[in-house]
Amino acid sequence: MTAHSPDFFAMENEPSFFETSPTPGVVGKPLNRVDGRDKVMGRAKYSAEYPLPGLTYGVLKTSDIAKGKIQSIDTSAAAKAPGVLAVFTHLNLPSLAKTPNDADGKKAIGAPMGFLPLTSDVIHYAAQPVALVVADTFERATYAATLVQVRYLTEQPIAAYTDPKATRFNPEKIQDGKADGYTRRGDAQAALASSAVKMTAVYTHAINHHNPMEPGSTTAVWEAPDRLTVYESTQGVTRTQKSLAAYLGLPQDQVRVITKFIGGGFGCKGSCWPHTVLTAQAAKGVGRPVKLVLTRPQQFTSMGHREDQTQTLTLGATAEGKLTALIHEKTSTTSPWDNYAEANSKIINLLYECPTFESHYELARGNVMTSTFTRAPGEAPGSFAIECSMDDLAYRLGLDPIEIRLRNYAEKDPSTGQAWSSKSLRQCYARGAELFGWSKRNPKNGVTREGRTLVGWGMATASYPVHNSQGTARVRLYADGHAVVQAGATDLGTGTYTVMTQVAADSLGLPPEKIRFELGDTKLPTAPNSGGSVAAGTVSSSVYMAAQDVWERLTKTAIKDPKSPLFKAKPDEVMVDKGRLQLKANPSKGEDFMVLMKRAGMDDIEGSGQGKYGAGYETGQAANPAGSGHQDEAGKHSMHSFGAHFCEVHVDPDLGTVRVTRWVSVHGAGRILNAKTARSQIIGGSIFGIGAALMEATARDPHYARYVNADLGDYHIPVNADIPDMTVEFIDEHDPYINAMGVKGIGEISMVGVAAAVANAVFHATGKRVRDLPITPDKILGTKAV
Amino acid sequence: MNDFTYLQATQAKDATAAVRDNKDAAFIAGGTTLLDLMKLNVENHGQLVDINNLAFKGVEQTADGLRIGALERMSDVGEHPLVVQNYPVVSQSLLLAASPQLRNMASIGGNILQRTRCGYFRDTAFPCNKRAPGSGCPAQTGENRNLAILGGSQTCIATYPGDFAVALVALDAVLLLENAKGKQRRVPLVDFHVLPGTTPQRETVIEPGELIVSVTIPAAAHARKSMYLKVRDRASYAFALASAAVGLDVQGGQVRSARVALGGVGTKPWRSVAAEKVLTGAPATEATFRAAAAAAVREAQPREQNRFKVELAQNTLVRALLELSAA
Repeated sequence: MTAHSPDFFAMENEPSFFETSPTPGVVGKPLNRVDGRDKVMGRAKYSAEYPLPGLTYGVLKTSDIAKGKIQSIDTSAAAKAPGVLAVFTHLNLPSLAKTPNDADGKKAIGAPMGFLPLTSDVIHYAAQPVALVVADTFERATYAATLVQVRYLTEQPIAAYTDPKATRFNPEKIQDGKADGYTRRGDAQAALASSAVKMTAVYTHAINHHNPMEPGSTTAVWEAPDRLTVYESTQGVTRTQKSLAAYLGLPQDQVRVITKFIGGGFGCKGSCWPHTVLTAQAAKGVGRPVKLVLTRPQQFTSMGHREDQTQTLTLGATAEGKLTALIHEKTSTTSPWDNYAEANSKIINLLYECPTFESHYELARGNVMTSTFTRAPGEAPGSFAIECSMDDLAYRLGLDPIEIRLRNYAEKDPSTGQAWSSKSLRQCYARGAELFGWSKRNPKNGVTREGRTLVGWGMATASYPVHNSQGTARVRLYADGHAVVQAGATDLGTGTYTVMTQVAADSLGLPPEKIRFELGDTKLPTAPNSGGSVAAGTVSSSVYMAAQDVWERLTKTAIKDPKSPLFKAKPDEVMVDKGRLQLKANPSKGEDFMVLMKRAGMDDIEGSGQGKYGAGYETGQAANPAGSGHQDEAGKHSMHSFGAHFCEVHVDPDLGTVRVTRWVSVHGAGRILNAKTARSQIIGGSIFGIGAALMEATARDPHYARYVNADLGDYHIPVNADIPDMTVEFIDEHDPYINAMGVKGIGEISMVGVAAAVANAVFHATGKRVRDLPITPDKILGTKAV
Repeated sequence: MNDFTYLQATQAKDATAAVRDNKDAAFIAGGTTLLDLMKLNVENHGQLVDINNLAFKGVEQTADGLRIGALERMSDVGEHPLVVQNYPVVSQSLLLAASPQLRNMASIGGNILQRTRCGYFRDTAFPCNKRAPGSGCPAQTGENRNLAILGGSQTCIATYPGDFAVALVALDAVLLLENAKGKQRRVPLVDFHVLPGTTPQRETVIEPGELIVSVTIPAAAHARKSMYLKVRDRASYAFALASAAVGLDVQGGQVRSARVALGGVGTKPWRSVAAEKVLTGAPATEATFRAAAAAAVREAQPREQNRFKVELAQNTLVRALLELSAA
């Protein structure tokens, strides 16, 4: 890292929450990204940018068909092409200790998909890899891959659950066994039958692809016959390490995974996908390092997607708008091997007070790869359904959309009966409404015009759980007053380097310039995936605890040192303030750690810590010394972030265009570590959600089960012109239960409810309820002012 | 992408001869379409002949109208004062297309020749009559939301994707072509692109080795008062779902002359003489514009997913005419 620039703390429009934050030091401050300069100068090395000696290039040849068999595969022309070192197929790829093709193997590997390409001649999905060509340059490998001749025995594929030939079934478990296929709380059917208000709505969601700017990439280097290093674009170096070790039959420590920078992931880099293991096998085969970078079209068929899905949501309510029953059904497409579906119903089960609940999942096997977690998996599409239906209920009863939500405000978690560890949703509604000017809203829809355009306002609730997680960090504090802090975490680009530098700075009483935070390497202490919004809370708490470990050790040194002012003090009488060890009762009695360490002849001291629950940051120690992770000791509390989005759209009813013209998001997500990166992350997530709401859709041909728009020209994500200035604020929220830093994480919640806020604004503008995402012009046409 | 040889031509005859004599060769100017399609293996050329050094430059007013050299860049032409003032529809069509980076690279001649974005054409794993004649057209019953409602056939409904040519075809632009013998010919743009019929692989009347030298747009009152309206799935950097290039000369509330072309809905840049006939001599009212729009899509043959384009194309045209006549 380079020296920090003079505009270290510069930030326009500093969020107002920050003024009221009691946080001392730099935690919470809008510190500029410590890696920002390296990134804009091109010095930050991404995983495909390591110029290793002897590096070769791998390129995948993928299947032209979606279902069938390879009848024959002729690699002779490819093998003879200039620069080609090897052409691997299922017939000659170096073998593996395990594959995910059976349940045990899949579990041992932790594979996101129960099938590894190039293990047989069977084709299960379009663009499935059928060969891997290795050459001395990328261009030569790319060309040689076109020379691989494959003859297929083609069968008719199933493209989606909508295909009448698809067989639908009710899975016992979904999401790889992590969630139930059927949930029941109370008797929702009976409650519905006797409800004054009954409403049923059907929602569909297009296939979405994560499309990070940086595609998946792997560079595999065999350092020894039994020792592998992989430079990988992954959200979790340890998860990739474990998977590769299981695939290859190596002890975990014999696989090293390095990920210093990531150009976005959004869930698709949360698991070890086939291209990574194939690259490791190829490197073994050619005896040289192999780099493989997915092409943009391959990105659509290599790292999962958000599945195509239909949700049916039925609600019952009293005449006053109190929910009495919620019944949720989801049908979606999954792969030939896995029962994967996003667990949409979880958020529907807990967002509002409702005495009964029921959910069913239905799957159909298609010739598609397995879908995977995509930003706010389950919560994003689930919130689209419940938040549009709540909007419907508000209109039905003539209530303000905020009022209907307040009438159903859940004072505790309805799905478990547990108290919330913290919940600031009322404040989010109030502050968001104030910032947006919600009180000026015309309660009638379809009547507000500006020239030819219809203007609409919508809002929606957001929520995301604080998942269980754990991790470790290490601090090495030097006697000259600087520190190296390490955790095997990853930085998706959202600011892990920066916020951990801040946490370390305050925990060690040093300015951030004196901290170097290292991450992205399995040689470092183990940290969780950057996913499910767990990284910020877990890693920051680990860093904090590691610093406490250093202070404990130094305290022990001090109280044994006759030359120390703290000599013979008891450890619990000593506290640390900005690097000074001093008596709690008499702060004037103490000394700076540098003085102590120099006198003791210590050049440096190391400490390590595990992220622990129970906030300790303010008090100087974690509330509960045992265990780790984000669930409090007795599981007494339900832990969630909450927020609210407010949206204004301009709809041209003749041309069908919808433009978001104003946006306000207010969240309560525990401690915010950096006002600037947090604001950016909420903006990014909101834009992600606006993309899903208005334009993102991968089109899979119904007959060929193959995508027809697998590129960024035709798969639309928002451009700058689609996005207005956005207002983001956080409620100052202190959660004493979740973890030592009181951090909930914000990567996922930023997208939850966004599509509903947009759709609700479109309804307010036009009087037309579009329940089919994305809301493209064809779905608006025919809309006239009511 | 395959290996290819690269020839930098300094004289037009060197370029045209090289391509005429080598079936495997192609011209390259900005390369924004060609390299894209070569990377997808949709086009495979053994030789690329770089024409960027040819003297096909300049934007100038001539006796015939505005002459634009084929190697001018989209951005330069779109921002050129003569174009902005006298041919607003041309300027707008250029500046609403693609991205700044692409507009800085893409040449005027190449833009006219831009190939379809039909997903079946762009992926060699699919059958496609345009790419592999006789292999079939899955788009007919497949993902055809973005495809053409006008000018299609049972073999192909690929949309002509561009904007600039839609403006040009509205304003009676004429292309100047030159072949390897140095012989030049003029082709009205409206006759340059051809309907797919049973030979969708043939998209224009250009001959092997022939180059576009320049495009000339006649001056006219309906050119000075003209506009381009483009409707798309996002606010920028997307191809048109429907677009309208319109020019009007209105005197005393009556339309004296009108020019209408549609983009995003045709298999070629879609001039609508039928709409112009309705407009010419009629009062410049919304009712007239609606009648013209109805005439423009009378022969539409939508498929399952692109039915909305029949309404959208009409609304786009009506809106463009309303805005233009109110301006």
